[in-house]
Order: sequence, then C-alpha cells, then structure tokens
Amino acid sequence: MVGPAHFMALSAALFFIGAAGVATRRNIVVIFMSVELMLNAANLAFVAVARGLGTMEGQVIVFFVMTLAAAEAAVGLAVILAMFRNRQTVDAGEISLLKW
Amino acid sequence: MSELVFYLLAAITVLCALGVITRPNPVHSALFLVMTLFMLAVFYIILEAHLVAALQIIVYAGAVMVLFLFVITLLNLKGDPDEPAHPLLRIVAYAVAATLAAGVAIVLMGDAGVVPGGAGAGAVLAEGFGGTRALARILFTDYLVAFELTSVLLLVAVVGAVVLAQREPVAEAPLTETGEDA
Repeated sequence: MVGPAHFMALSAALFFIGAAGVATRRNIVVIFMSVELMLNAANLAFVAVARGLGTMEGQVIVFFVMTLAAAEAAVGLAVILAMFRNRQTVDAGEISLLKW
Repeated sequence: MSELVFYLLAAITVLCALGVITRPNPVHSALFLVMTLFMLAVFYIILEAHLVAALQIIVYAGAVMVLFLFVITLLNLKGDPDEPAHPLLRIVAYAVAATLAAGVAIVLMGDAGVVPGGAGAGAVLAEGFGGTRALARILFTDYLVAFELTSVLLLVAVVGAVVLAQREPVAEAPLTETGEDA
C-alpha cells in the first residue's frame, strides 16, 4: 500500500540530495539548481500531505512556492549574470568580496 | 497504485536528482533537473494534484529551466572545469545527506501515523479535488491577500532582475579587491 508517507520519504531523499549539491558543488549555477531541487522536494511533501488530509491548502501553498521559485530564479540568475560580468567566474570559492 | 510502480518511479527520480549534483557539465545538470521536475509532475498526478502537475510542467520544466539553460549558454563556460570541493568534504557531505535522508525515511515508513492521513492511502477525496475549480475557489477566497501580495513579489522580482542584469556604465571599471588585479 503506497500512501502519503512514501511520498514524504521520497521528498526527504530529494531534499537531502539538493542539500548535498549545495554543499559540494562550486559552480554557482549548479548550486542554484540544487536549491530548486530542495524547493521541489518541499512541494512534493506539501502535495502528499494535501492528499493525506483531503484538503486543498497544501496545493495552494505549492502554487505560492512555485511563484516564489520563479521570482527567485529570475533575480538569482540576474545576480549571477551581473557577477559573471564583473568577475568572469561562476566559482563560488572565488566570490569572496564580502568576506572580511 | 502498486508498490512496484512507485519504487520504480522513485528510483528514476532519485537517479535524476543525483545526476543534477554529480555531472560536471552544468548543461547536463540542467537537463537532469528537467527530468526530475517531470517525474515530480508524475507524482503530483498520482497524488490527485492535477492543476499543480500542469503548472509544474509549464512553469518549472518550461519557463524556469529555459531561463537556466539560457543563462548557462550566455555565460559561455568553456569546458567548465568545475573543480570538486575538497574530496573529503564531498564524501562527508554525501554521507551526512544520505544518513539524514535514510533517518527521515525510516521514521516515515516505520510509523506512517506521523504523516497526517498517512496511515492508509489518504483521505477520501471530494469531487473535483486537485482541479482548477477547487484550487481557484480556495485561492481567491481564503488566500486572496497572499495572492495579491504574490503579484507584488513578481513585480519586484521583474524590476530587480532588469536592474541587476542591465549593462551599466559602471561595468566598464570592474569592482576589484585591493591588491588584486581585475
């Protein structure tokens, strides 16, 4: 019997894969993709609980998270572009201007 | 839905997600991410979230991923020698992530009661659950303020993205750290 708990477990797996990506990659575009992966894992958990409870609230929250992710992608990629223009790199280790 | 189908789909999803974080070439990562997002849309359909599944493909796999691929090609990363982080750090990060994921999965699968409605296959659903009408009704009544604020968020994001990405005259003199050549 496959229930919401199975989907929550899959969601946890995807979330921690995304977290591992953020921790290990140095290409800032790939780090950004890993963050998207984590957002999507959260979405799956919301949809699974909405299914479990039989209420639509979880799906409404997914709608908002998607909007937020679209806004985040636009601004984040603009930041990456601006940074690449100034420093000619997408290596997160090279971006240390704000380090003291 | 049989367990076999679920585990097969879940395995494909996890493998694609692992592809995102392990492929050295960012274009390959992006394509694996598109595949992962499509698989999530399949899970949304299984979970009776039909509108969300459609939005997932249109907004995420469509618009957002095109934006990603567009930026990757715009940056023109030749070969992209994405030097791995310290090998030991990489192993530690993978081990910690795997441990946490396994821990959460064991808790969820061992006692399905911790998930609301997770003990069985889920609640008995009302007619039209997950459709456009059901989602729109709750979105435009209970969550109307949040919906309007979302439009402000998108406006701010559009203006911010344009301001950040435009070519300024200042860009002629790149920002440099003192004592380091540009």
